[in-house]
Amino acid sequence: MIDFDKFELDNGLKVIVHKDINTPIVAMNILYNVGARDEDPDKTGFAHLFEHLMFGGSVNIPKYDIPLEKAGGENNAFTNNDITNYYLTIPKQNLELAFWLESDRMLNLAFSTKSLEVQRNVVIEEFKQSYLNQPYGDVWLMLKPLAYKIHPYKWPTIGKEISHIENATMDDVKAFYKKFYNPNNAILTVAGNVETRNIKKLAEKWFGPVLQETKYNRSLPMEPVQTEIRNLTVKRKVPFDAIYKVYHICARTDQEYHTTDLISDILSNGDSSRLYTRLVKEQKLFSEINAYITGDIDNGLFVFTGKLVNGVKMKDAEKAIENEIEKIKDIQVKDEELRKVKNKIESSLEFSEINVLNKAMNLSFSELLGDADLINQEKSKYSSVTIEGIHQTANEIFRKDNCSTLYYFAN
Amino acid sequence: MIKLNRNIQPDINLVDKIDFFEPEVVNLDNGIPVYLIDTGIQDIIKIEFLFNAGSWYQDKLLVAKFTNKMLKEGTESYTSEEIAEKIDYYGAHLETSADKDMAYISFYSLNKHLDNTLPIISEVIKCPVFPDNDLEIYKQNRKQEFIISNKKVRYLARRKFNELIFGKNYPYGRLFDKDDFDRIERDDLINFFKDFYYPENCKIIIAGKIRKDMVNLLNRHFGGYNGSPQKINKKKIINIEPNISRRVHVKKDDAIQSAIRIGKVLFNKKHPDFLKLLVLNTVLGGYFGSRLMTNIREEKGYTYGIGSAVVSLHNSGYFFITSEIGAEVTQKAIDEIYYEIKVLKEKKIPESELDIVRNYMLGSFLRSMDGAFALSENLKGILEYGLDNSYNRNFIEIIKNISAEELRNLAQKYLDENSLFEMKVGK
Repeated sequence: MIDFDKFELDNGLKVIVHKDINTPIVAMNILYNVGARDEDPDKTGFAHLFEHLMFGGSVNIPKYDIPLEKAGGENNAFTNNDITNYYLTIPKQNLELAFWLESDRMLNLAFSTKSLEVQRNVVIEEFKQSYLNQPYGDVWLMLKPLAYKIHPYKWPTIGKEISHIENATMDDVKAFYKKFYNPNNAILTVAGNVETRNIKKLAEKWFGPVLQETKYNRSLPMEPVQTEIRNLTVKRKVPFDAIYKVYHICARTDQEYHTTDLISDILSNGDSSRLYTRLVKEQKLFSEINAYITGDIDNGLFVFTGKLVNGVKMKDAEKAIENEIEKIKDIQVKDEELRKVKNKIESSLEFSEINVLNKAMNLSFSELLGDADLINQEKSKYSSVTIEGIHQTANEIFRKDNCSTLYYFAN
Repeated sequence: MIKLNRNIQPDINLVDKIDFFEPEVVNLDNGIPVYLIDTGIQDIIKIEFLFNAGSWYQDKLLVAKFTNKMLKEGTESYTSEEIAEKIDYYGAHLETSADKDMAYISFYSLNKHLDNTLPIISEVIKCPVFPDNDLEIYKQNRKQEFIISNKKVRYLARRKFNELIFGKNYPYGRLFDKDDFDRIERDDLINFFKDFYYPENCKIIIAGKIRKDMVNLLNRHFGGYNGSPQKINKKKIINIEPNISRRVHVKKDDAIQSAIRIGKVLFNKKHPDFLKLLVLNTVLGGYFGSRLMTNIREEKGYTYGIGSAVVSLHNSGYFFITSEIGAEVTQKAIDEIYYEIKVLKEKKIPESELDIVRNYMLGSFLRSMDGAFALSENLKGILEYGLDNSYNRNFIEIIKNISAEELRNLAQKYLDENSLFEMKVGK
């Protein structure tokens, strides 16, 4: 159970405060409600590039990192399909510095040309390092546009192609900032040994003067229901064949989300899961295999990934995955198996509450989903998943014409 | 209301007080020392077993890692499937790992399920049987994983760098290859287990919210056996014989980035200069604002990331700089690395910069002592060397007081360009 207080400033900034007296460290998390899904299809990768620029100096502070490091703090950020999330931890006595830093870059950036030039290069190197210079690194560059035809999840967060990053201009940067980096599009969470009334004072002092902007109303095209089998076959310079299968699933806030998540746990969470015990250990078809859901806010994906044991034929490997899918569709899971995945969830939720930063991130994200208290309802939502629910949801998801498959052959 | 002046930075107060936690130590009936870190709030626990059973001790390549990884693949009373099923059923998590010096078995559980899970862990620690069938599967799959990793420039550079600085015959420099996976036999693991996984070679660290009956529970499951080693301290002393050529380039013509490692053999935590070098290393490449990061990423955009580290090993230690750099700018980046090292040797670090580094390191230190699990990691790092909290206290003093002059002297002493080795994997 994570207790918290919540208030909103006049400019629309939502603030959440969680008190944890057991640590000398305070965590601050700022979630901006903008991700790769909000990008222009011809300027993909921009949300992530922008995240880099947020460290290039703000209107009154030439370098974000230096004062924070001087205060014994540490920070980072990530961008995904849905959000851009900035976080830091700092010794409690220096908390006000964090307010100063974060409010200044919400107020206005320095928009330095040099920073844009350098960070374009840094992100291009990141693109190469993670997607191009790795065996199997380009999988999602192909899988996303195979699975999504309309919805902006069809491009990866890093961007569709390097040229989109190369072509980013200062005008693009300024427009993006104006549109998304506003108090009324952000959620601030502070977690640590803090009092809500002090946080309120600090929030009003530093964030209060930041002006709100026109509210961004997201209206993204819905991905139409997939009605045909989609396959893509590629050959690459990798040592072993691999297979990737994705099925469309519900959105993060839909009723069947928790059921879907437990289906992926039954298939693939832990050494006793079905795919590992049957396909890796018994049938020896895969050297590694995984199933998971993407957990995106809009309709996401149920993902299977497997690397084939040398000499195994692609069609046999695929058949084996499909057999497991048929089983979970046809045969109801046993009580004990469902109990097992629920126990695992209970335990991982408990472990996730050890760390203030983790709690701060989860609170911000839950608030974005509709209510910070959703984090406290997770356990009961998972525990109310039923055998019938799993049966029904598995049958809804695992239709052949809801599937996109990437056959990744070694040449 | 006074207008807010954003040009004035709010005051910063140094981290002045760090509470050092002194763990309680209890010996089990067979002498295994148990270190108790009872500071947890959640009803969860981490139990970690430490054995001096890393790759340093193996005669045959891969044996230490395989012994460690196969512990949970079958015991006298349970098959690997039964072990996995029980652990998963109770929402627990069992992780094993082995590095150059140590082997670890880490177990995470809700307190309420311990009575059901500890009997399994007890068998994993005391009587694994390394079944042939599970071993064959494991060999096959890890071999494939290795072949894939070997396509990554970063992985190649890391491996080859160790060979470069320690030499092909020294335990820290000896490299396994794909054929070594096929050479592993069940008897190798049985023998290695007998030689190194016995009570006198074991320590236990418990962190979290500790149940009152914990020590009794541990005694019941781990305190009543006495394995004994067949051979002790059989390790021959071997000299480090680094590669003759200091600069090595492994060609990969299709690589669009090169991975580089630059560094040398140094020493471990017990050396009086080790902690001081940690400060120097932080300035050079140990944090986001470091000189390498500032120059090569933030000024020039040659890389997504660059960093350096000082690593302590039980019988040695080393320093290295690592990065992946666009193929067309690799040489420029390498030149900048040597330039930054040269500056450290020639010019004293300005007080303003040193101030940032001191405060950043103190903050990091505070984080490294925050919470039961962090405390257990910190304790592990000093226990393995027979050190205690005075090591932590000394570290704080050094961070606070080391002078720019001393740091320059250290750079001159240890970072002579002609003493550094360079590994490049790429075009």
